[in-house]
Amino acid sequence: MSNDIFIKKGLNINLIGTAEQVISKAPLSNVYSINLQDFHSITPKMLVKQGAEVKAGEPLFFHKGHESMMFVSPVSGELVEIIRGDRRRILMLKILADKEQTYVDHAPLNAETASAEEIRARLLKSGCWPFVKQRPYDIIAGPDSEPKAIFISGYSTAPLAADTDFVLQGKERELQAAITALGKLTAGKVHVSVGTSSSSPLAKLRGIELHKISGPHPAGLVGTLINKIDPINKGEIAWTIAPQDLVIIGELLLTGRFNAERTVALGGSAVKAPKYYTTKIGAEIATFLYASGVDSDNFRIINGDVLTGYKTRPDGYLGFYNNTVSVIPEGDDYELFGWNKPVFDKISSTRALTFSWMFPKKKYDLDTNMNGEHRAFVMTGRYEEVFPMDIYPLQLLKACMVKDLDEMEQLGLYEVAPEDFSLTEFICISKQPHQQIIREGLDLLYKEIG
Amino acid sequence: MSLKNKLHDLKEKYKGKKMAPAFNALHTFLYTPNDTTHSGSHVRAVDDLKRTMNTVIMALVPVLIFGIFNAGYQHYAAIDAANGVIREASLFGNFLTWDNFLIGAWTVLPLVIVSYVVGLAVEFVFAVIKGHEVEEGYLVTGMLVPLIVPVDTPLWMLAIAVIFGVVIGKEVFGGTGMNILNPALTIRAFLFFAYPTWMSGDKVWVHGAVERAGTADAISGETVLGYLAQGKGSEFSYSVADMFYGFIPGSVGETSTLLILLGGLFLIFTKIASWRIMLSAVLGALAMGLIFNGAVSSGWVAETSKFYGLMSFDFWKHLIVGGLAFGIVYMATDPVTGAQTNIGKWYYGFFIGFISVMIRVFNPAYPEGVFLAILLMNVFAPTIDHYVIRGNVKKRLKRNKNTPVLPKGGHGKEEELKVETV
Repeated sequence: MSNDIFIKKGLNINLIGTAEQVISKAPLSNVYSINLQDFHSITPKMLVKQGAEVKAGEPLFFHKGHESMMFVSPVSGELVEIIRGDRRRILMLKILADKEQTYVDHAPLNAETASAEEIRARLLKSGCWPFVKQRPYDIIAGPDSEPKAIFISGYSTAPLAADTDFVLQGKERELQAAITALGKLTAGKVHVSVGTSSSSPLAKLRGIELHKISGPHPAGLVGTLINKIDPINKGEIAWTIAPQDLVIIGELLLTGRFNAERTVALGGSAVKAPKYYTTKIGAEIATFLYASGVDSDNFRIINGDVLTGYKTRPDGYLGFYNNTVSVIPEGDDYELFGWNKPVFDKISSTRALTFSWMFPKKKYDLDTNMNGEHRAFVMTGRYEEVFPMDIYPLQLLKACMVKDLDEMEQLGLYEVAPEDFSLTEFICISKQPHQQIIREGLDLLYKEIG
Repeated sequence: MSLKNKLHDLKEKYKGKKMAPAFNALHTFLYTPNDTTHSGSHVRAVDDLKRTMNTVIMALVPVLIFGIFNAGYQHYAAIDAANGVIREASLFGNFLTWDNFLIGAWTVLPLVIVSYVVGLAVEFVFAVIKGHEVEEGYLVTGMLVPLIVPVDTPLWMLAIAVIFGVVIGKEVFGGTGMNILNPALTIRAFLFFAYPTWMSGDKVWVHGAVERAGTADAISGETVLGYLAQGKGSEFSYSVADMFYGFIPGSVGETSTLLILLGGLFLIFTKIASWRIMLSAVLGALAMGLIFNGAVSSGWVAETSKFYGLMSFDFWKHLIVGGLAFGIVYMATDPVTGAQTNIGKWYYGFFIGFISVMIRVFNPAYPEGVFLAILLMNVFAPTIDHYVIRGNVKKRLKRNKNTPVLPKGGHGKEEELKVETV
């Protein structure tokens, strides 16, 4: 049984440097890192001291609000550094990996027979809970939250993103275990989307509601899926989990070990040989970046895809949720008459002497230039063309900017995450920071009402 | 050292200083800045506000060129008419001539220059005082203003109106993107109400008609609508083709329906202007015209009525005379002052067309209503949007019946909310 969803509104951003579907093993990283930036609104309380020896899967810290929610080390080794920022806020933990990896052994848990409480406790204790995110607010799910449904998008449409079908191959057992376990934590359904002509292992799972989705980006964003199936109302909670994280959850249940291994797509026009690597959460990006080679000396490395990721450096580390690393040229140069000359080599959502509408299949080499200056909102009706949700994007953004809580609620802020506004941000003529505006709006709403 | 590097050094030098916005405004005209993305999306589409505004200006240039020739043509045509010579308009015969161009350039280009110089000066002053970048809104406004005024408008009048329009119409609200009324139309309205003798009547629409008035060389400067409003519909000799191609007197740029139509199609094709507003405004104008035609053919309006001339005017001809077409294509579609929701745009446009024709017919003193209609709908656009958006909100609330509608600013809200979300 599957249900078909067609997305009409949107825009595919075709970039040069899609990862070739070949998996290599990345050289081992010496140091692994947990970046606290990945865990929005989490206040860490450390459990181990600097210099302590930890095993893979051993808790490093917990969230101050929920003492049962553990965050664990991806590898075994020595906690060599705790990097702190202003007011001693913890920014990053660095672990020097052992040559021989040792794991914390939880007993395997049979998802079929275990109770919901056992599963919940196991996920919290083992460090798998942070993979479960919730909407509203786009934060890690509360440990005692009761979701009305769980949503998983197995369709990747973001530019240069890892192909979900490809990275999940051969992981059927893990996926099934994770789905069965998570299914027990909700009274509702587990909604899974895959592409229409996909051979994804997700499509064959039991205990899910399968949706075949087609159309341009953002068809693959989980927010689009939620909006089309069962939009979140005020007071309701929905969980979202990325498919690659289901594999880690599944393996934990099957073997009792937290295995942080993950297949990562390395892509972008600045990469010589874009392809897939298996590595671990928190691995140094340089380990696999230089295995593929970089083409230029002025480039930007993005932890995640080019629309939603964050900027990092070669000595940065793979983010907790990321299975894509993009490397594109920096655009820190002036362009003569860039505002009025005909443009063939950049993407545009208009036809104002821009010609990307003539070549929908062409792949582009976009850089990080803003292509203009920040302005007040002027144009209307443009965002709606790439925003498939039943929400007024411009009005919601303005409500967030003026901090009008009632308007934010009523216009649907509970239903969205910043990533849902990545495409409107991309085409924004006024170059407004949409994702930041939405993030700040969500934070405010969480603080005032959450 | 190249120009690019020199300018970059200057930019760094001015950074944080008072004059930075003024320098940047000029710099960014030459070079797209080297700013890179910091948060959110790392790549951006190529469109920016400068390109958007530039596209509108491109759509206006043919209209301006036509307006220059037409200013000269109407001048000579009126002299011919005063001498009893009847002329046929012909594009290459007596329209695109040096004589016409010289008269037109002499009268129209000063309007363009004054409009831009004064308006941009105000923008720069405000940008420097408030320390924000110079936004591009005035690039289009500055081009629109000379096209919607009578050809002989004194330059000092225009300068005062531009200052009023930019300051009161735009800057007091916070500049580009924040204004409620279309700045170009605010300027036009100021001129109309402050100097009515220069903005209406049967003399102002043709170059030279005002200064020759009362002399032996007097010429007429009446528009088609003016004739109709005075019930002298039979006195003008313009054919439908003349009206469509634009060989008629009127404000500088409003006459050529053909070029305005092409400009409108260009704006729709480039996705800069809203086709919804344009189409619904045309429909609105036709609807009102049909109603008046119907009233006339049912015999409700006596031929002696002062409204008879315009009411009996064929409904579709309203679109090719006066400023209606220009207003619909270039002014009603202003995204800042128009309705912002796609559904709202249909209502907004329809009422602009509808009310324009209504004002035309019922305002014999000044038989053109489009600028008043657009200003009126500018004021109502937020209301239209409000109801459209409430529709969306209601749908969301209905989905979640348990949630009560919270009164704005109500007390005890927090407790109520806590109960719901637990």
